[in-house]
Amino acid sequence: MNIESMISPHIEAMPPSGIRKFFDIVAEMKDAISLGVGEPDFVTPWAIREAGIYSLEKGHTHYTSNAGLKELRRELCRYTKRHYGLDYAEDETLVTVGGSEAIDLCIRALIRSGDEVIVPEPSFVCYKPCVTMAGGTAVPVETREKDEFRLTPEALREKITDRTKLLVLPFPNNPTGAIMEREHLEAIADVIRDKNIAVLSDEIYGALTYKGRHVPFASIDGMKERTVTINGFSKAFAMTGWRLGYAMGPKPLIAAMLKIHQYAIMCAPTTGQYAAVEALRSCDDEVEAMRREYDRRRRVMVKGLRDMGLSCFEPLGAFYVFPNISSLGMTSEDFATALLTEEKVAVVPGTAFGAGGEGFVRCSYAYSIRNINTALERIARFVERHKGK
Amino acid sequence: MKNEILQILERDSRLTPAQLATMLGTTEEAVAAAIKELEDDKVILGYRTLVNWERTDRDNIAAIITISITPQRGDGYDKVAERIYKYPQVKAVSLMSGSFDLLVSVEGKSLQEVAMFVSEKLAPMDGVISTNTHFTLKTYKKENVIFTGIEQDDREVITL
Repeated sequence: MNIESMISPHIEAMPPSGIRKFFDIVAEMKDAISLGVGEPDFVTPWAIREAGIYSLEKGHTHYTSNAGLKELRRELCRYTKRHYGLDYAEDETLVTVGGSEAIDLCIRALIRSGDEVIVPEPSFVCYKPCVTMAGGTAVPVETREKDEFRLTPEALREKITDRTKLLVLPFPNNPTGAIMEREHLEAIADVIRDKNIAVLSDEIYGALTYKGRHVPFASIDGMKERTVTINGFSKAFAMTGWRLGYAMGPKPLIAAMLKIHQYAIMCAPTTGQYAAVEALRSCDDEVEAMRREYDRRRRVMVKGLRDMGLSCFEPLGAFYVFPNISSLGMTSEDFATALLTEEKVAVVPGTAFGAGGEGFVRCSYAYSIRNINTALERIARFVERHKGK
Repeated sequence: MKNEILQILERDSRLTPAQLATMLGTTEEAVAAAIKELEDDKVILGYRTLVNWERTDRDNIAAIITISITPQRGDGYDKVAERIYKYPQVKAVSLMSGSFDLLVSVEGKSLQEVAMFVSEKLAPMDGVISTNTHFTLKTYKKENVIFTGIEQDDREVITL
Protein backbone atom coordinates (compact mmCIF):
# COMPACT_ATOMS: atom_id res chain seq x y z
CA MET A 1 0.00 0.00 0.00
CA ASN A 2 1.27 3.47 -0.86
CA ILE A 3 -0.26 5.91 1.61
CA GLU A 4 1.07 8.92 -0.27
CA SER A 5 -0.89 8.03 -3.38
CA MET A 6 -4.04 7.92 -1.28
CA ILE A 7 -3.91 11.58 -0.24
CA SER A 8 -6.80 13.48 -1.70
CA PRO A 9 -5.72 15.26 -4.92
CA HIS A 10 -7.09 18.65 -3.93
CA ILE A 11 -5.09 18.56 -0.69
CA GLU A 12 -2.03 17.29 -2.57
CA ALA A 13 -2.36 20.26 -4.93
CA MET A 14 -2.61 22.77 -2.09
CA PRO A 15 0.67 24.64 -1.55
CA PRO A 16 2.02 24.66 2.00
CA SER A 17 1.58 28.04 3.63
CA GLY A 18 4.15 30.73 2.92
CA ILE A 19 7.46 30.43 1.18
CA ARG A 20 8.99 27.10 2.04
CA LYS A 21 12.54 27.76 0.92
CA PHE A 22 12.82 31.02 2.84
CA PHE A 23 11.29 29.50 5.97
CA ASP A 24 13.80 26.65 5.87
CA ILE A 25 16.67 29.16 5.87
CA VAL A 26 15.09 31.08 8.76
CA ALA A 27 14.79 27.89 10.78
CA GLU A 28 18.58 27.46 10.57
CA MET A 29 19.28 30.98 11.87
CA LYS A 30 18.75 30.75 15.57
CA ASP A 31 20.53 34.02 16.41
CA ALA A 32 18.65 36.20 13.91
CA ILE A 33 16.85 39.32 15.07
CA SER A 34 13.31 38.74 13.98
CA LEU A 35 10.66 41.12 12.76
CA GLY A 36 8.87 38.08 11.45
CA VAL A 37 6.21 37.09 13.90
CA GLY A 38 2.48 37.51 13.63
CA GLU A 39 1.76 37.52 17.34
CA PRO A 40 2.13 39.95 20.27
CA ASP A 41 5.35 39.97 22.29
CA PHE A 42 3.32 40.70 25.42
CA VAL A 43 2.55 37.73 27.59
CA THR A 44 -1.16 37.30 28.35
CA PRO A 45 -2.08 39.74 31.16
CA TRP A 46 -1.72 38.02 34.51
CA ALA A 47 -5.34 38.46 35.57
CA ILE A 48 -6.35 36.37 32.53
CA ARG A 49 -3.73 33.69 33.14
CA GLU A 50 -4.77 33.51 36.77
CA ALA A 51 -8.40 33.06 35.82
CA GLY A 52 -7.34 30.10 33.65
CA ILE A 53 -5.34 28.59 36.51
CA TYR A 54 -8.20 29.14 38.94
CA SER A 55 -10.64 27.38 36.60
CA LEU A 56 -8.32 24.36 36.60
CA GLU A 57 -8.10 24.41 40.39
CA LYS A 58 -11.88 24.49 40.59
CA GLY A 59 -12.01 21.44 38.35
CA HIS A 60 -13.57 23.09 35.29
CA THR A 61 -12.06 20.46 33.05
CA HIS A 62 -15.10 19.26 31.11
CA TYR A 63 -16.65 20.15 27.76
CA THR A 64 -18.62 23.35 27.60
CA SER A 65 -21.74 23.69 25.49
CA ASN A 66 -20.92 23.47 21.79
CA ALA A 67 -21.34 27.17 21.16
CA GLY A 68 -19.15 28.04 24.15
CA LEU A 69 -19.78 28.94 27.80
CA LYS A 70 -22.99 30.88 28.13
CA GLU A 71 -21.21 33.28 30.47
CA LEU A 72 -18.52 33.92 27.85
CA ARG A 73 -21.03 34.52 25.07
CA ARG A 74 -22.90 36.93 27.30
CA GLU A 75 -19.66 38.82 27.99
CA LEU A 76 -18.85 38.85 24.27
CA CYS A 77 -22.21 40.45 23.53
CA ARG A 78 -21.58 43.07 26.22
CA TYR A 79 -18.05 43.73 24.98
CA THR A 80 -19.23 44.19 21.40
CA LYS A 81 -21.96 46.54 22.54
CA ARG A 82 -19.60 48.50 24.79
CA HIS A 83 -16.87 48.95 22.18
CA TYR A 84 -18.75 49.09 18.90
CA GLY A 85 -22.36 49.73 19.82
CA LEU A 86 -23.46 46.53 18.09
CA ASP A 87 -26.28 44.39 19.46
CA TYR A 88 -25.79 40.64 19.25
CA ALA A 89 -27.58 37.92 21.15
CA GLU A 90 -25.94 34.89 22.71
CA ASP A 91 -27.33 32.64 19.97
CA GLU A 92 -25.73 34.86 17.35
CA THR A 93 -22.34 34.22 18.96
CA LEU A 94 -20.10 31.18 18.54
CA VAL A 95 -16.87 30.54 20.42
CA THR A 96 -14.24 28.83 18.27
CA VAL A 97 -10.69 27.50 18.32
CA GLY A 98 -9.03 30.73 17.26
CA GLY A 99 -10.30 33.10 14.61
CA SER A 100 -8.98 30.58 12.09
CA GLU A 101 -11.62 27.99 12.91
CA ALA A 102 -14.34 30.61 12.67
CA ILE A 103 -13.11 31.55 9.18
CA ASP A 104 -13.15 27.92 8.09
CA LEU A 105 -16.63 27.37 9.55
CA CYS A 106 -18.07 30.43 7.87
CA ILE A 107 -16.66 29.45 4.48
CA ARG A 108 -17.76 25.82 4.79
CA ALA A 109 -21.23 26.79 5.93
CA LEU A 110 -21.75 28.97 2.85
CA ILE A 111 -19.65 27.63 0.00
CA ARG A 112 -20.25 24.72 -2.28
CA SER A 113 -18.79 23.70 -5.62
CA GLY A 114 -19.06 26.49 -8.17
CA ASP A 115 -19.33 29.33 -5.69
CA GLU A 116 -16.86 32.17 -5.87
CA VAL A 117 -15.30 33.96 -2.90
CA ILE A 118 -13.64 37.31 -3.38
CA VAL A 119 -10.44 37.57 -1.34
CA PRO A 120 -8.51 40.85 -1.17
CA GLU A 121 -4.76 40.25 -1.25
CA PRO A 122 -2.17 40.67 0.20
CA SER A 123 -3.88 39.10 3.19
CA PHE A 124 -3.61 36.35 5.75
CA VAL A 125 -2.92 33.00 4.15
CA CYS A 126 -5.89 30.88 5.18
CA TYR A 127 -8.83 32.21 3.16
CA LYS A 128 -7.91 30.69 -0.19
CA PRO A 129 -7.15 27.16 1.08
CA CYS A 130 -10.36 27.17 3.12
CA VAL A 131 -12.35 28.10 0.02
CA THR A 132 -10.57 25.40 -1.99
CA MET A 133 -11.28 22.77 0.67
CA ALA A 134 -14.94 23.75 0.62
CA GLY A 135 -14.95 23.14 -3.14
CA GLY A 136 -15.33 26.81 -4.06
CA THR A 137 -13.17 29.12 -6.11
CA ALA A 138 -11.20 31.91 -4.51
CA VAL A 139 -11.07 35.06 -6.62
CA PRO A 140 -8.18 37.25 -5.48
CA VAL A 141 -8.54 41.01 -5.78
CA GLU A 142 -5.33 42.95 -5.46
CA THR A 143 -5.14 45.93 -3.13
CA ARG A 144 -2.55 48.51 -4.04
CA GLU A 145 -0.08 50.76 -2.28
CA LYS A 146 -1.51 53.82 -4.05
CA ASP A 147 -4.91 53.05 -2.44
CA GLU A 148 -3.19 52.53 0.91
CA PHE A 149 -3.97 48.82 0.45
CA ARG A 150 -7.70 49.33 0.87
CA LEU A 151 -10.24 47.40 -1.13
CA THR A 152 -11.76 49.91 -3.56
CA PRO A 153 -15.35 49.66 -4.83
CA GLU A 154 -14.06 49.70 -8.42
CA ALA A 155 -11.71 46.76 -7.88
CA LEU A 156 -14.47 44.85 -6.11
CA ARG A 157 -17.06 45.53 -8.81
CA GLU A 158 -14.72 44.08 -11.45
CA LYS A 159 -14.52 40.74 -9.67
CA ILE A 160 -18.20 40.22 -8.93
CA THR A 161 -19.93 37.59 -11.09
CA ASP A 162 -23.23 35.71 -10.85
CA ARG A 163 -21.36 33.09 -8.86
CA THR A 164 -19.98 35.42 -6.22
CA LYS A 165 -21.36 34.33 -2.87
CA LEU A 166 -18.97 35.66 -0.29
CA LEU A 167 -16.67 38.62 0.16
CA VAL A 168 -13.81 38.42 2.63
CA LEU A 169 -12.90 41.71 4.29
CA PRO A 170 -9.57 41.26 6.08
CA PHE A 171 -9.18 44.65 7.80
CA PRO A 172 -7.22 45.80 9.78
CA ASN A 173 -4.98 43.86 7.47
CA ASN A 174 -2.18 41.41 7.99
CA PRO A 175 0.37 41.97 6.33
CA THR A 176 -0.16 45.55 5.13
CA GLY A 177 -1.48 47.21 8.30
CA ALA A 178 -4.19 48.86 6.19
CA ILE A 179 -7.53 49.81 7.73
CA MET A 180 -10.87 50.64 6.16
CA GLU A 181 -12.54 53.69 7.64
CA ARG A 182 -16.30 54.19 7.71
CA GLU A 183 -16.48 55.97 4.35
CA HIS A 184 -14.47 53.20 2.67
CA LEU A 185 -16.69 50.52 4.15
CA GLU A 186 -19.80 52.40 3.07
CA ALA A 187 -18.51 52.45 -0.50
CA ILE A 188 -18.06 48.66 -0.37
CA ALA A 189 -21.51 48.25 1.15
CA ASP A 190 -23.02 50.21 -1.73
CA VAL A 191 -21.51 47.80 -4.25
CA ILE A 192 -23.00 44.68 -2.67
CA ARG A 193 -26.18 46.11 -1.17
CA ASP A 194 -28.53 44.87 -3.90
CA LYS A 195 -26.71 41.56 -4.44
CA ASN A 196 -26.81 38.22 -2.69
CA ILE A 197 -23.31 38.40 -1.37
CA ALA A 198 -22.45 37.55 2.23
CA VAL A 199 -19.46 39.09 3.99
CA LEU A 200 -16.84 37.47 6.17
CA SER A 201 -15.27 40.39 8.01
CA ASP A 202 -12.09 39.24 9.70
CA GLU A 203 -11.58 41.84 12.42
CA ILE A 204 -9.09 39.96 14.56
CA TYR A 205 -6.92 43.11 14.71
CA GLY A 206 -9.91 45.37 15.41
CA ALA A 207 -8.66 46.36 18.86
CA LEU A 208 -5.39 47.55 17.33
CA THR A 209 -6.04 50.66 15.25
CA TYR A 210 -4.21 53.96 15.49
CA LYS A 211 -6.59 56.48 13.97
CA GLY A 212 -9.87 56.52 15.82
CA ARG A 213 -11.82 53.48 16.82
CA HIS A 214 -12.15 50.50 14.49
CA VAL A 215 -15.41 50.42 12.52
CA PRO A 216 -16.93 46.94 12.21
CA PHE A 217 -18.41 46.24 8.79
CA ALA A 218 -21.58 44.99 10.51
CA SER A 219 -22.16 48.51 11.83
CA ILE A 220 -22.58 49.87 8.31
CA ASP A 221 -26.23 50.46 7.49
CA GLY A 222 -27.92 47.28 6.28
CA MET A 223 -24.81 45.10 6.44
CA LYS A 224 -25.37 43.30 9.75
CA GLU A 225 -27.83 40.83 8.23
CA ARG A 226 -25.24 39.56 5.73
CA THR A 227 -22.04 39.80 7.77
CA VAL A 228 -20.21 37.31 9.92
CA THR A 229 -17.64 39.12 12.04
CA ILE A 230 -14.62 37.04 12.99
CA ASN A 231 -12.71 38.09 16.04
CA GLY A 232 -10.65 36.53 18.77
CA PHE A 233 -8.51 36.92 21.84
CA SER A 234 -5.12 36.34 20.22
CA LYS A 235 -4.14 39.83 19.16
CA ALA A 236 -6.17 42.12 21.43
CA PHE A 237 -5.45 40.24 24.66
CA ALA A 238 -2.12 38.68 23.67
CA MET A 239 -3.61 35.18 23.88
CA THR A 240 -2.38 33.49 20.69
CA GLY A 241 -1.43 30.20 22.32
CA TRP A 242 -4.83 29.83 24.00
CA ARG A 243 -6.44 29.37 20.58
CA LEU A 244 -9.67 31.16 21.24
CA GLY A 245 -11.76 33.10 18.77
CA TYR A 246 -15.38 33.82 18.02
CA ALA A 247 -17.84 34.62 15.30
CA MET A 248 -20.88 36.88 15.50
CA GLY A 249 -23.47 37.03 12.79
CA PRO A 250 -27.02 36.30 11.61
CA LYS A 251 -28.61 33.51 13.62
CA PRO A 252 -29.23 31.01 10.77
CA LEU A 253 -25.64 31.24 9.59
CA ILE A 254 -24.19 30.97 13.10
CA ALA A 255 -26.44 27.93 13.63
CA ALA A 256 -25.05 26.34 10.45
CA MET A 257 -21.49 27.06 11.56
CA LEU A 258 -22.30 25.58 14.97
CA LYS A 259 -23.33 22.34 13.28
CA ILE A 260 -19.93 21.92 11.63
CA HIS A 261 -18.18 23.05 14.82
CA GLN A 262 -20.01 20.51 16.97
CA TYR A 263 -18.99 17.60 14.74
CA ALA A 264 -15.42 18.72 14.04
CA ILE A 265 -14.40 20.33 17.33
CA MET A 266 -17.13 19.80 19.98
CA CYS A 267 -16.22 22.98 21.83
CA ALA A 268 -13.36 25.40 22.25
CA PRO A 269 -10.94 24.59 25.11
CA THR A 270 -12.62 25.12 28.47
CA THR A 271 -9.68 26.67 30.36
CA GLY A 272 -9.28 29.34 27.72
CA GLN A 273 -12.97 30.14 27.84
CA TYR A 274 -12.87 30.82 31.56
CA ALA A 275 -9.76 32.94 31.09
CA ALA A 276 -11.49 34.83 28.27
CA VAL A 277 -14.40 35.79 30.53
CA GLU A 278 -11.91 37.57 32.77
CA ALA A 279 -10.24 39.18 29.73
CA LEU A 280 -13.52 40.74 28.60
CA ARG A 281 -14.51 41.84 32.10
CA SER A 282 -11.39 43.45 33.41
CA CYS A 283 -8.71 44.06 30.81
CA ASP A 284 -9.81 47.10 28.80
CA ASP A 285 -7.05 49.17 30.42
CA GLU A 286 -4.35 46.64 29.67
CA VAL A 287 -5.47 46.30 26.07
CA GLU A 288 -5.35 50.07 25.74
CA ALA A 289 -1.85 50.18 27.26
CA MET A 290 -0.66 47.58 24.74
CA ARG A 291 -2.31 49.48 21.89
CA ARG A 292 -0.51 52.66 22.84
CA GLU A 293 2.79 50.84 23.04
CA TYR A 294 2.25 49.34 19.56
CA ASP A 295 1.44 52.81 18.27
CA ARG A 296 4.79 54.16 19.50
CA ARG A 297 6.66 51.27 17.95
CA ARG A 298 4.73 51.76 14.73
CA ARG A 299 5.92 55.35 14.47
CA VAL A 300 9.51 54.33 15.15
CA MET A 301 9.33 51.64 12.49
CA VAL A 302 7.72 53.78 9.79
CA LYS A 303 10.13 56.67 10.35
CA GLY A 304 13.13 54.34 10.42
CA LEU A 305 12.18 52.72 7.11
CA ARG A 306 11.37 56.04 5.43
CA ASP A 307 14.65 57.54 6.64
CA MET A 308 16.48 54.81 4.71
CA GLY A 309 14.72 55.94 1.57
CA LEU A 310 12.19 53.11 1.39
CA SER A 311 8.68 54.08 0.42
CA CYS A 312 6.38 53.01 3.19
CA PHE A 313 2.70 53.80 3.39
CA GLU A 314 1.31 54.72 6.81
CA PRO A 315 -0.22 51.58 8.32
CA LEU A 316 -2.99 52.39 10.78
CA GLY A 317 -3.88 48.97 12.11
CA ALA A 318 -2.56 45.59 13.32
CA PHE A 319 1.19 45.51 14.11
CA TYR A 320 2.78 45.36 10.69
CA VAL A 321 4.58 47.72 8.39
CA PHE A 322 4.73 46.85 4.69
CA PRO A 323 7.59 48.80 3.10
CA ASN A 324 8.11 48.87 -0.66
CA ILE A 325 11.56 47.45 -1.40
CA SER A 326 11.24 47.38 -5.19
CA SER A 327 13.60 50.37 -5.57
CA LEU A 328 16.46 48.01 -4.67
CA GLY A 329 15.80 45.91 -7.74
CA MET A 330 15.31 42.68 -5.82
CA THR A 331 12.33 40.40 -5.47
CA SER A 332 10.74 40.23 -2.04
CA GLU A 333 12.10 36.78 -1.46
CA ASP A 334 15.64 37.74 -2.55
CA PHE A 335 15.50 40.79 -0.29
CA ALA A 336 14.34 38.76 2.69
CA THR A 337 16.91 36.01 2.07
CA ALA A 338 19.80 38.45 1.58
CA LEU A 339 18.79 40.52 4.62
CA LEU A 340 18.70 37.38 6.69
CA THR A 341 22.06 36.02 5.57
CA GLU A 342 23.92 39.35 5.50
CA GLU A 343 22.44 41.14 8.52
CA LYS A 344 20.60 38.38 10.36
CA VAL A 345 17.28 40.18 10.36
CA ALA A 346 14.17 38.15 9.55
CA VAL A 347 11.26 39.77 7.71
CA VAL A 348 8.57 38.04 5.66
CA PRO A 349 8.48 38.39 1.84
CA GLY A 350 5.25 40.05 0.71
CA THR A 351 4.67 37.23 -1.76
CA ALA A 352 3.79 34.93 1.15
CA PHE A 353 0.50 36.84 1.32
CA GLY A 354 -0.68 36.38 -2.24
CA ALA A 355 -1.28 38.75 -5.12
CA GLY A 356 0.25 42.20 -4.92
CA GLY A 357 2.83 41.20 -2.33
CA GLU A 358 5.77 41.26 -4.72
CA GLY A 359 8.00 44.25 -4.09
CA PHE A 360 7.08 44.43 -0.40
CA VAL A 361 8.15 42.80 2.84
CA ARG A 362 6.24 42.53 6.09
CA CYS A 363 7.97 43.86 9.21
CA SER A 364 6.23 43.16 12.49
CA TYR A 365 6.58 45.65 15.31
CA ALA A 366 5.45 43.26 18.01
CA TYR A 367 8.92 43.70 19.52
CA SER A 368 10.55 45.96 22.09
CA ILE A 369 11.69 49.40 20.92
CA ARG A 370 15.27 48.31 21.53
CA ASN A 371 14.87 45.26 19.33
CA ILE A 372 13.21 47.38 16.64
CA ASN A 373 16.00 49.97 16.73
CA THR A 374 18.71 47.32 16.38
CA ALA A 375 16.85 45.75 13.46
CA LEU A 376 16.38 49.15 11.80
CA GLU A 377 20.12 49.90 12.08
CA ARG A 378 20.90 46.63 10.35
CA ILE A 379 18.28 47.10 7.63
CA ALA A 380 19.61 50.62 6.99
CA ARG A 381 23.12 49.23 6.56
CA PHE A 382 21.78 46.59 4.18
CA VAL A 383 19.76 49.08 2.12
CA GLU A 384 22.73 51.44 1.89
CA ARG A 385 24.92 48.61 0.60
CA HIS A 386 22.45 47.50 -2.06
CA LYS A 387 21.17 50.88 -3.15
CA GLY A 388 21.88 51.71 -6.79
CA LYS A 389 23.45 48.32 -7.47
CA MET B 1 1.94 64.48 26.21
CA LYS B 2 3.79 65.04 29.49
CA ASN B 3 2.14 62.11 31.20
CA GLU B 4 2.96 59.84 28.30
CA ILE B 5 6.59 61.01 28.33
CA LEU B 6 6.74 60.26 32.06
CA GLN B 7 5.24 56.80 31.58
CA ILE B 8 7.78 55.96 28.89
CA LEU B 9 10.79 57.42 30.74
CA GLU B 10 9.81 55.70 33.94
CA ARG B 11 10.37 52.42 32.13
CA ASP B 12 13.40 53.43 30.07
CA SER B 13 15.11 56.71 30.88
CA ARG B 14 17.81 56.20 28.26
CA LEU B 15 15.56 57.08 25.34
CA THR B 16 16.67 60.32 23.70
CA PRO B 17 14.32 63.24 22.98
CA ALA B 18 14.66 62.35 19.28
CA GLN B 19 13.53 58.77 19.90
CA LEU B 20 10.70 59.92 22.16
CA ALA B 21 9.59 62.39 19.50
CA THR B 22 9.32 59.59 16.93
CA MET B 23 7.42 57.37 19.33
CA LEU B 24 4.95 60.13 20.15
CA GLY B 25 4.63 61.56 16.66
CA THR B 26 5.92 65.01 17.63
CA THR B 27 9.11 67.05 17.30
CA GLU B 28 12.36 66.65 19.18
CA GLU B 29 12.14 70.29 20.31
CA ALA B 30 8.68 69.78 21.81
CA VAL B 31 9.85 66.73 23.75
CA ALA B 32 13.02 68.45 24.98
CA ALA B 33 10.99 71.43 26.14
CA ALA B 34 8.48 69.22 27.95
CA ILE B 35 11.27 67.30 29.70
CA LYS B 36 12.97 70.51 30.74
CA GLU B 37 9.74 71.79 32.27
CA LEU B 38 9.23 68.51 34.09
CA GLU B 39 12.76 68.75 35.45
CA ASP B 40 12.34 72.41 36.45
CA ASP B 41 9.06 71.61 38.21
CA LYS B 42 10.81 68.79 40.07
CA VAL B 43 8.45 66.24 38.57
CA ILE B 44 11.42 64.42 37.09
CA LEU B 45 13.90 64.10 39.95
CA GLY B 46 16.57 61.99 38.32
CA TYR B 47 17.51 59.24 35.90
CA ARG B 48 18.65 56.10 37.64
CA THR B 49 19.73 52.56 36.97
CA LEU B 50 17.83 49.75 38.62
CA VAL B 51 20.45 47.33 39.97
CA ASN B 52 19.89 43.83 41.23
CA TRP B 53 22.74 43.76 43.76
CA GLU B 54 21.86 40.19 44.63
CA ARG B 55 23.51 39.15 41.38
CA THR B 56 26.78 40.97 42.06
CA ASP B 57 29.62 40.01 44.41
CA ARG B 58 29.04 43.12 46.50
CA ASP B 59 27.69 42.47 49.96
CA ASN B 60 24.39 44.26 50.31
CA ILE B 61 21.79 43.87 52.99
CA ALA B 62 18.47 45.62 52.81
CA ALA B 63 15.95 46.03 55.59
CA ILE B 64 12.55 47.54 56.10
CA ILE B 65 12.20 49.23 59.47
CA THR B 66 8.84 50.24 60.77
CA ILE B 67 8.97 53.03 63.31
CA SER B 68 6.40 54.45 65.69
CA ILE B 69 6.99 58.03 66.70
CA THR B 70 5.46 60.76 68.79
CA PRO B 71 4.30 63.59 66.58
CA GLN B 72 5.70 66.97 67.65
CA ARG B 73 3.69 70.10 68.13
CA GLY B 74 3.97 72.26 65.04
CA ASP B 75 6.05 69.85 63.03
CA GLY B 76 3.94 66.71 63.21
CA TYR B 77 6.01 63.80 61.94
CA ASP B 78 8.14 65.83 59.54
CA LYS B 79 10.98 66.73 61.90
CA VAL B 80 11.66 63.14 62.95
CA ALA B 81 11.33 61.94 59.38
CA GLU B 82 13.87 64.51 58.29
CA ARG B 83 16.36 63.48 60.95
CA ILE B 84 16.00 59.91 59.69
CA TYR B 85 16.13 60.47 55.93
CA LYS B 86 19.29 62.55 56.14
CA TYR B 87 21.33 59.43 56.89
CA PRO B 88 22.82 58.10 53.62
CA GLN B 89 22.11 54.52 54.74
CA VAL B 90 18.41 55.35 54.58
CA LYS B 91 17.14 54.79 51.05
CA ALA B 92 13.47 55.59 51.50
CA VAL B 93 11.13 57.00 54.14
CA SER B 94 7.33 57.19 53.97
CA LEU B 95 4.67 58.20 56.47
CA MET B 96 2.09 55.44 56.68
CA SER B 97 -1.41 54.95 57.95
CA GLY B 98 -2.01 51.98 60.24
CA SER B 99 -0.21 50.45 63.19
CA PHE B 100 3.11 52.27 62.77
CA ASP B 101 4.11 55.68 61.43
CA LEU B 102 7.27 55.57 59.31
CA LEU B 103 8.31 52.94 56.79
CA VAL B 104 12.08 53.21 56.42
CA SER B 105 14.23 51.35 53.95
CA VAL B 106 17.87 50.91 55.01
CA GLU B 107 20.79 49.33 53.18
CA GLY B 108 24.19 48.28 54.45
CA LYS B 109 27.07 45.88 53.87
CA SER B 110 26.10 43.38 56.55
CA LEU B 111 23.33 42.36 58.93
CA GLN B 112 25.51 43.62 61.73
CA GLU B 113 25.94 47.04 60.16
CA VAL B 114 22.22 47.54 59.58
CA ALA B 115 21.32 46.27 63.05
CA MET B 116 23.87 48.60 64.63
CA PHE B 117 22.53 51.54 62.65
CA VAL B 118 19.04 50.88 63.92
CA SER B 119 20.02 50.39 67.53
CA GLU B 120 22.51 53.26 67.68
CA LYS B 121 20.92 55.88 65.47
CA LEU B 122 17.22 55.27 64.94
CA ALA B 123 15.96 53.67 68.15
CA PRO B 124 17.43 56.24 70.59
CA MET B 125 16.31 59.22 68.50
CA ASP B 126 14.06 61.74 70.26
CA GLY B 127 10.44 61.07 69.45
CA VAL B 128 10.98 57.46 68.37
CA ILE B 129 8.84 55.15 70.46
CA SER B 130 9.69 51.81 68.90
CA THR B 131 11.34 50.20 65.87
CA ASN B 132 10.80 46.90 64.15
CA THR B 133 13.44 45.60 61.75
CA HIS B 134 12.64 43.25 58.83
CA PHE B 135 15.56 42.06 56.71
CA THR B 136 14.96 41.46 53.02
CA LEU B 137 15.71 37.85 52.11
CA LYS B 138 14.96 38.00 48.41
CA THR B 139 13.62 40.61 45.98
CA TYR B 140 11.03 39.34 43.56
CA LYS B 141 9.89 42.59 42.02
CA LYS B 142 10.92 46.21 42.48
CA GLU B 143 10.03 49.39 40.61
CA ASN B 144 7.66 47.32 38.44
CA VAL B 145 10.55 45.13 37.29
CA ILE B 146 10.57 41.41 37.99
CA PHE B 147 13.91 40.33 39.50
CA THR B 148 13.45 36.58 39.35
CA GLY B 149 11.90 34.17 36.88
CA ILE B 150 11.81 36.61 33.99
CA GLU B 151 9.59 35.37 31.15
CA GLN B 152 11.56 34.70 27.98
CA ASP B 153 10.41 35.42 24.44
CA ASP B 154 9.68 31.93 23.23
CA ARG B 155 7.98 32.87 19.99
CA GLU B 156 8.88 31.23 16.69
CA VAL B 157 11.13 33.35 14.46
CA ILE B 158 8.48 33.59 11.75
CA THR B 159 4.74 33.11 11.93
CA LEU B 160 2.22 34.36 9.36
